[in-house]
Amino acid sequence: MPISTVFEGKISRMQILDESGIVDTALEPKLQTEMLDKIYRLLVLGRVWDKKSLALQRTGRIYTYPPLEGQEAISVGATLAAGMDDWLFPTYREASLVYYMRGHPSYKSNLMWMGLEDGLKLDKRIRCFPYATPIATQLPHAVGAAYALRMKGEKAATIAFCGDGGTSEGDFHDALNFAGVWNAPCVFVVSNNQWAISVPRKEQTKSETLAQKAIAYGIRGIQVDGNDVLAVYKAVKEAADDARAGKGPTLIECITYRMGPHTSADDPKKYRDSDEVERWRALDPIKRFQVYLLGKGIWNEDYEKKVLEETAAFVEKTVQQAEAFKPDPKDIFRYQYARMPKNLEEQMEECFGSK
Amino acid sequence: MAKMNMVEAINACLAQEMERDGRIVVMGEDVGIDGGVFRVTEGLFAKFGKERVIDTPLSENGIIGTAIGMSAMGLVPIPEIQFQGFDYEGYHQVVQHIARLRNRTRGSITVPMVIRLPASGGIRALEHHGESAESIYIHMPGLCVVYPSSPYDAKGLLAASLSCGDPVLFFEPKRLYRAYKEEVPEERYEIPLGKANILREGSDVTLISWGAMTYVSKEAIEDAQKQGISVEHVDLRSLSPCDWDTIGSSVKKTGRAVVVHEAFKTLGFGAEIAARIMENDFLDMEAPVMRVAGWDIQIPYPKQEEYFFPDKERILKGIVKTAKF
Ligand SMILES: Cc1ncc(C[n+]2csc(CCOP(=O)(O)OP(=O)(O)O)c2C)c(N)n1
Ligand SMILES: [Mg+2]
Repeated sequence: MPISTVFEGKISRMQILDESGIVDTALEPKLQTEMLDKIYRLLVLGRVWDKKSLALQRTGRIYTYPPLEGQEAISVGATLAAGMDDWLFPTYREASLVYYMRGHPSYKSNLMWMGLEDGLKLDKRIRCFPYATPIATQLPHAVGAAYALRMKGEKAATIAFCGDGGTSEGDFHDALNFAGVWNAPCVFVVSNNQWAISVPRKEQTKSETLAQKAIAYGIRGIQVDGNDVLAVYKAVKEAADDARAGKGPTLIECITYRMGPHTSADDPKKYRDSDEVERWRALDPIKRFQVYLLGKGIWNEDYEKKVLEETAAFVEKTVQQAEAFKPDPKDIFRYQYARMPKNLEEQMEECFGSK
Repeated sequence: MAKMNMVEAINACLAQEMERDGRIVVMGEDVGIDGGVFRVTEGLFAKFGKERVIDTPLSENGIIGTAIGMSAMGLVPIPEIQFQGFDYEGYHQVVQHIARLRNRTRGSITVPMVIRLPASGGIRALEHHGESAESIYIHMPGLCVVYPSSPYDAKGLLAASLSCGDPVLFFEPKRLYRAYKEEVPEERYEIPLGKANILREGSDVTLISWGAMTYVSKEAIEDAQKQGISVEHVDLRSLSPCDWDTIGSSVKKTGRAVVVHEAFKTLGFGAEIAARIMENDFLDMEAPVMRVAGWDIQIPYPKQEEYFFPDKERILKGIVKTAKF
């Protein structure tokens, strides 16, 4: 036969908690009460901290801020699924929450948005990369890191985040291609929040799913409901386990929605209608998990009140600590080179001599 | 005439040029329905439709690479790179193809286009959002680099960039986008590339600047005047081609020069200007050429950015020191 099928692919979608919070018991990860409580508190922290940050931006206490609202389940689920030996490569959007979950003092994340490099002074032990502002540029780093970890004999994977828009950059291609060729222990978590600023997902690629891009690189791809924290957790955990076991990389497309503006500088009313936003509000990741915890006998109104109060107090303290921080302006010169060249010393003197 | 800020002036120019030349297409991230993150392309999508105002996928390399093909086929693309700090993703297309096509085909395939680059800092934007990397393009043969410093100049220089026949990197100083308004003619006009503008005549020191630094320098020049120092202010308008004649005749008159730019001092365009003055005007000079520039450090995050950019005080100090040398 002159023409025959040489390849066929398919992509599965996973959801564990449906839109109304009903659980698929066959897929449900068996998590202890403590863990479930932790997940809920982190989701709430994500939401409350985010709202506070946006409010701080509105009053000029921080600069441009990219809100996370609506996407908390991906940050929380993926970060909890990672092992403490894995390295994480977040984007700007989930950076604060991911860093905090790995042990970065929360006030330092506020410092990033207050425009200070001190916020990104990440203790190497938390195994996180500084978020990359240029879209998708972190992805090849995660692949190289994965290669190195394997070569060093560490049983560790790397988890790299990016957005739907990020999949259009050449770096995305390079990362997936290298990861596939090297069979690198790497997990790509794409937060498909439907928008890249004003550009809708369907204008980024003609592919029906982002997950299917994995197929072309010969790696595993799966789509999950990104507003379902259990599904994200399970997918990332399995992918990271596989990666560490030498089974290569996985691309996980998490379907979610950016509820807020792209950043505090953006006005989404210009390009999307509020009906769409409201439709997604009904799919909120936190509400859904609440219903699940209610069924588990964990969530009730007193619990909710307690979590909200404790979270608000934590965020308040975070802001205070951040605002009390005093940077040393000379640091803008000190970290350019291992040893400061004489010419730079002179410039530093000139700079601060005149101020 | 209408009063316009720089965003309005560039927007008016784009609309006017698109009206008269159906080959022009505007392309980039968020340039369509959103009108660009700085609203420079506002209204163009509604007016000219999605074939001529293209919201592209998120890829600078894709934007510039496809613009090359479009231009070679006779369109006149105006790609917008959302922030100049993200043009590195498309840089290889610029230096490997845009800069070379005319030469390596001995003029048979040329790719005129105007790549718009919102550049420069001082507006407390995030990292990579405040860069002014004109030097990396000026360094490349085959490219024109234009850097307006006022709404009036922006409109006239953009029109000239579109008709000059060469690829142009059009730097737009974000700090001046909405800083002030001035009279801008509604009718079409061109300000030729390669011709500097003497903003103010003076006899003691020549101050050479472009973009946002022209604006900041004006204040320093006022202060210098109060101290009895007469400054001749030359705004370059276009950096490649550069108006070496005007620089030369001005420094011949004053014997002293200060160059102000926000790009890093090392190999910033000030270095080239100083070298040219050294080559051409050595015997006329009374003082070494002074550079007031961004320090040789990565631009600090927004909270501490003011330490980086030349401000009125630093520029004034440079003028005084040069005048008194
Ligand atoms: C290389 C590069 N180009 C452009 C930008 C400007 N920009 C910042 S975020 C963004 C959209 C990103 O969309 P997506 O990848 O979907 O992530 P999301 O913001 O939705 O989380 C753009 C165009 C950038 N930061 N980096
Ligand atoms: Mg997105």
